[in-house]
Amino acid sequence: MASPIYNLFFRKNTAMLTTVFVTMFGFQMAFDTGSTVLWDKINQGRQWKDIKSRYMEKEDEE
Amino acid sequence: MALMAAGVVMAAGGAFLIFGRDVHAMTPAEEGLHPTQFPWEHTKWHKTYDHASLRRGFQVYREVCASCHSLSRIPYRTLVGNMMTVDEAKALAEENEYDTDPNDEGEIEKRPGKLSDYIPSPYKNDEAARAANNGALPPDLSLMVKARHGGVNYIFSLLTGYPEEPPAGATVPDGLNFNPYFPGTGIAMARVLFDGLVEYEDGTPATTSQMAKDVVEFLNWSAEPEADERKKMGWKVIAVTSVLLGLSIWVKKYKWAPIKSRKIVYNPPVVGTPVSKLKQMENQKAK
Ligand code: HEC
Repeated sequence: MASPIYNLFFRKNTAMLTTVFVTMFGFQMAFDTGSTVLWDKINQGRQWKDIKSRYMEKEDEE
Repeated sequence: MALMAAGVVMAAGGAFLIFGRDVHAMTPAEEGLHPTQFPWEHTKWHKTYDHASLRRGFQVYREVCASCHSLSRIPYRTLVGNMMTVDEAKALAEENEYDTDPNDEGEIEKRPGKLSDYIPSPYKNDEAARAANNGALPPDLSLMVKARHGGVNYIFSLLTGYPEEPPAGATVPDGLNFNPYFPGTGIAMARVLFDGLVEYEDGTPATTSQMAKDVVEFLNWSAEPEADERKKMGWKVIAVTSVLLGLSIWVKKYKWAPIKSRKIVYNPPVVGTPVSKLKQMENQKAK
């Protein structure tokens, strides 16, 4: 029962809570980044960020 | 015999009433032609608006529709990051004048528009709009896609559906135009889109159907500006909840496995030894 994983992360309540919060934070970052990458790939060329360079550059020239 | 014939007729009549010709509250003309389902890309569950199309559509709105239709729920700031840069939107806002708050003397003055201002309406009020349009009010277009059955398909069909001439036999009241898609077929708005009417800066050929497509996609955005974000969030919710669903099915199986696979055996008591006999045996023991 006393596996190292159990001892390190779950045995103490504080460790457990820390594990939960850190995993949550990390997972959310990874999930959000991942889904944005996928979404932007599916919608390549359709979103404003894909086309705004056309209009930004034009302003620089003026 | 006559009775039987009457019965057959009545049954046939009843069947006709139930299964026979449809009964409409309106004639098909009053209902309007149902619009074609067009293969819109932006209405798919996994697709955002085509923002280049939104930009073109907004141009069509400004150059064509804005002289009659208001778009009163759209402030300039919402254009930024969707179809315009900040500077472009600011410049556009400054083209119009807005009332200031009353100054110390209570006078209301004019100031150039800001990003937080709303796109101005072409008429002072509905009465002025009616007076300028033969008594017909050009409705506000902000939520038009949501406000009509058929949504984008309807408006596209309406804009591109004016025939050269009304079909033979159609009656078109004075001052109205024939459009089969408009309920009643007589619409106060004449055909407004013609090939080459606007000039797109990105070089897209401005055909009637291209302009209609762009302006309709733009109107869909104005009615549902949150759609891009909503769809993306929807997929994320589906992804997370399907993992959670899988997990909960697994946990349920895990918890129930011992209960479901348990074999329950019932051993009935041995029957057949009468009570009197048991008593006899007991008495013998006692001796
Ligand atoms: C000359 C003025 C004028 C212009 C320009 C104009 N409209 Fe209209 N529009 C009207 C009027 C008037 C009505 C009301 C028609 C009626 O009720 O018979 C109307 C009605 C509509 C309707 C509502 C139809 C319905 O089902 O009630 C839509 C949608 C519409 N216009 C879209 C547009 C679009 C998009 C453009 C720009 C491409 C445009 N209009 C340009 C005058 C105009």
